Amino acid sequence: MKVLYFAWLRERVGLAEEEVSPPESVRTVADLAAWLAGRGPGHAHAFEKPGVVRAALDRRHVKPETLLAGAREVAFFPPMTGG
Amino acid sequence: MTAPLPFRVRVQAEPFDAAAEIAALSGTGDVGAVVSFTGFCRADKSADGAATPLTALVLEHYPGMAEAEMERLMEEARARWPLLGASIIHRFGRIVPGEQIVLVVTASAHREAAFSAASFLMDWLKTSAPFWKKEERADGGDWVAAKDSDDHAAARWQAD
Repeated sequence: MKVLYFAWLRERVGLAEEEVSPPESVRTVADLAAWLAGRGPGHAHAFEKPGVVRAALDRRHVKPETLLAGAREVAFFPPMTGG
Repeated sequence: MTAPLPFRVRVQAEPFDAAAEIAALSGTGDVGAVVSFTGFCRADKSADGAATPLTALVLEHYPGMAEAEMERLMEEARARWPLLGASIIHRFGRIVPGEQIVLVVTASAHREAAFSAASFLMDWLKTSAPFWKKEERADGGDWVAAKDSDDHAAARWQAD
């Protein structure tokens, strides 16, 4: 699946997007965030406070407990500050 | 019977012409009220009393989802109020103080629906449209933190 990062998550990870293949044990958005945090120091820094990280599955907002269920594009980002 | 007015959502780097957007939602015999809100970049924008002035805001967005989320907000506003037309425009990229960032225009037969829908759209744009502001200052700059007050402003529409 494709993972996208925005704002300070993008800066900390050092990537705007990456293609990943998590193991089957990664079932929810929160599982994926925890798994991604283990990919390196930048990822760990980005996900150090999971409670402040928001997510979208295939361009819709979702909660941490949402099942990935075959999503093609997952995005992680801080709370939004537009408007 | 006049031609229906548009419901439009746009995400763009370029400045917009607020007067033209308002004119595009006026002038039919059915519209009794047009409300518009324009949000600007402020020079003094600072959450922590930074010593150096803000030189620009750099707005990052999630292409594709930004438009989709704004369309969803538009649909929600149309379901709640009898709107005759509306425009939502949000800019991205580097924006200097005094420049526009966002525009919401709503047209309805009566002012209450137009005011309420414009307020609803702005409250939810701030908390659910995927845009992020980074401050640019002479001594660096950092990402703007989300405000609890914005979450509360959006949440009040759920209590109705």
